[in-house]
Amino acid sequence: MATVPAEYGLALAGALFLMGLVGVLARRNIVFVLLAIEIMLNGAGLAFVVAGSRWQQADGQVMFLFILALAASEVAVGLALVLRLYHLHTSLDTDSASEMRG
Amino acid sequence: MNTAFYTSAAVALLATLMVITRRNAMHALLYLIVSLLAVAVVFFTLGAPLVAALEVIIYAGAIMVLFVFVIMMLNPGAGEGDPAARAQLLRACAGPALLALVLLAELVYVLARSGAAPTGPAAVGPKPVAVLLFGPYLLGVELASILLLGALVGAYHLARRSEHSGHEEEEV
Repeated sequence: MATVPAEYGLALAGALFLMGLVGVLARRNIVFVLLAIEIMLNGAGLAFVVAGSRWQQADGQVMFLFILALAASEVAVGLALVLRLYHLHTSLDTDSASEMRG
Repeated sequence: MNTAFYTSAAVALLATLMVITRRNAMHALLYLIVSLLAVAVVFFTLGAPLVAALEVIIYAGAIMVLFVFVIMMLNPGAGEGDPAARAQLLRACAGPALLALVLLAELVYVLARSGAAPTGPAAVGPKPVAVLLFGPYLLGVELASILLLGALVGAYHLARRSEHSGHEEEEV
């Protein structure tokens, strides 16, 4: 990290994570919620890579690979749940799934 | 490399802001793809080429394609027959295309500037990552494989329609 200070990379990661958090909290469409979760995971992975680049170690990239696997499996199950929700309620609103025994 | 980092960081922030403010899921998805590409450029400037490639291939490629499948399945009415819809489509594509153009200009600039060898921090290439993955992190790799298997089975089970007519849900 001779050129760009690590703080800027971490600030970018934090800003991405924050925007994802705002998206999760503010949106009511469940597809947008999943997209925002992807943004948050991406921001977290960026923080790991920045830290790994700061100390010239490969551990950050290894952690990013694990986050990638996590994101892939999360999105597969999440989108299957979205399809189930849509077939059940014919709507993508998260509030429509607020009751159990739907 | 400094300008590359700042430009792609700005593109990533702008595109992500557009993602969480769009009304149409498809438009948000286009912006998210641009955001992921910009983050991949950030990875490259940070000296992590393997992760940058994986970001493009797996995130912007595989995971976003899953989103496209599901969104297309959920609103089937979006045809492309009348000219009004096509004009709207062009308008929706303009923003992401512009941001992607910024990234392309940045690529050309970096290639033209640095010539043969890219400057910037010393890159941590794929080899140390692989040595670490199959050395101290071997247990983590096995756990990730079990997680992916569980996600595969779970997605198949959840997306299956009642008894018959097995549903498609791809795993990367």
